[in-house]
Amino acid sequence: MRLEVKDLRVQYGKIEAIKGISFVVEEGEIVTLIGANGAGKTTTLKTISGLRPVASGQIIYNGEDISKMPAHERVNLGISQAPEGRGIFPGMTVLENLEIGKYSRKDRKNEMQEDLEKIYSLFPRLKERSSQAGGTLSGGEQQMLAIGRAMMARPKVLLLDEPSMGLAPMMIQNIFNIITEINTVLGTTILLVEQNAQQALQRANRAYILETGHIVKGAKASDLLNDPAVREAYLGTGAHS
Amino acid sequence: MNFSVVTSQFWQLLLNGLAVGLIYVLISLGYTMVYGVLRLINFANSEIFMIGTFGTVVVTQQVLHYTSGHEALHGLHLVLVLLLILVVSMIFSAVTALFVELVAYRRLRAKGTNRLASLISAIGTSIVLSEGIRIVTKSAPVPTPRLLTKFNIATFHGVALRVDTVMVIVGALVLYVAVDRFVSKTLLGKAIRAVSMSEDTSKLMGINLNRVISATFLIGGLVTGAAAFFYMQVYETTVFNVGFNLGLAAFTAAVLGGIGNIRGAFYGGLTLGLFEEFASAVIGGQWKSVTVFTVLVLVLLLRPNGLFGEAITQSRV
Repeated sequence: MRLEVKDLRVQYGKIEAIKGISFVVEEGEIVTLIGANGAGKTTTLKTISGLRPVASGQIIYNGEDISKMPAHERVNLGISQAPEGRGIFPGMTVLENLEIGKYSRKDRKNEMQEDLEKIYSLFPRLKERSSQAGGTLSGGEQQMLAIGRAMMARPKVLLLDEPSMGLAPMMIQNIFNIITEINTVLGTTILLVEQNAQQALQRANRAYILETGHIVKGAKASDLLNDPAVREAYLGTGAHS
Repeated sequence: MNFSVVTSQFWQLLLNGLAVGLIYVLISLGYTMVYGVLRLINFANSEIFMIGTFGTVVVTQQVLHYTSGHEALHGLHLVLVLLLILVVSMIFSAVTALFVELVAYRRLRAKGTNRLASLISAIGTSIVLSEGIRIVTKSAPVPTPRLLTKFNIATFHGVALRVDTVMVIVGALVLYVAVDRFVSKTLLGKAIRAVSMSEDTSKLMGINLNRVISATFLIGGLVTGAAAFFYMQVYETTVFNVGFNLGLAAFTAAVLGGIGNIRGAFYGGLTLGLFEEFASAVIGGQWKSVTVFTVLVLVLLLRPNGLFGEAITQSRV
């Protein structure tokens, strides 16, 4: 698996939201895109998964330019996204949400039970709630379900859009532990978009900082974590602390 | 006004109302399922129904060569012939539904035009279909031969259980349950529900939107075609604009139940059918259309989400 974004530009009408960004996600990594609200993080992920059209530039996945490919075909290639706001189907049960996550798999019948077990062992809470409507879950449970549902497609790269948004500190820890586990134990490559820069930088191998549609910095996550300017701007703690 | 009929003929009115209501249920499934996935009313659904009624005529007269005055069929022969006509009517309507999707919706959707544009193109397609049939039939009503002798199966509480009424009620119920099960249990059904809840998230599941939308039109067309078959077995005549009143009534039923909701179509169709039957008996059959639209206006004023539309986001298609 190798995902490369090359000089990508994305527009909303006449407004350019992504102004020519390039970055790479290598096999087995956790890469994070951090940045303030409106920097273009969500737009970048939506464009990679095919929900937003590319204005110019390329998205190269395993050597193939997929920037014009319909969204549902990208899922077949192994790109899964847990979207911003979680995107749980509210009128479906937890189990149905997980089942529909397998829609793209040809061998879904044989894989179903095995993968449900796998997701339930990552998120025991989902097993308890399996017959409950998705819309009745708490925010944290919905996030678990969004990640679990994306994992049902057996992705090679998992795109996560602000998994910590709106969650209590305990739950944030919990979710990030599981993200790390998905990466280390299951070997899934992860592209993580986060406003919670502290957590994201602690968990990621590499990070890119996005500011109003530009990538202003790309480095090892641990280096950015110790970079005074980054700490000042994104971690709420100045260089002196 | 004649209120005494309500008590004196209660069971008969109830039975007839159920039969009419269940025909509405089947047609409103077409409206409600398409609305579920597209958030648009398919105004060509009435013509999808109309083509189904002509499907019945074509297969009965042109293919099976039964002409008017043909003697009634019996036993297994009758059952097989009726099943064949049913299936062909369903196919006529389903093909029309797919055609409408392709012509009126898909191309505009691909171009990302204003959603209302496809509402207009659906109305346009609907006019082309009905005017086309008007030309072919020279505006004349077209009868279909009666193959089924309308005997009474039994008499119960002074109510005649006429065979065609019973066939409509049983057949429509079976189809409704089949659609309901299909949508709640099968993977394609779940995909239809997923699309009705969120298009974008559905794409992220690997769902091919065009395919699911086509499948929705197909299923809606099949049940609408079945409704056309049942209608023809009861009324035995069709005309190029037969879909207009039936379509509006079924649309009213869908809104009444809470559009986008399969159970809503069921309760809405039944409620409207029964209301229409009882109201006609009390104030006279000539007021039938008036009662239907009075119901529509009242529902839109008082319960814009429909009588059963409370938990609409929970039970979307």
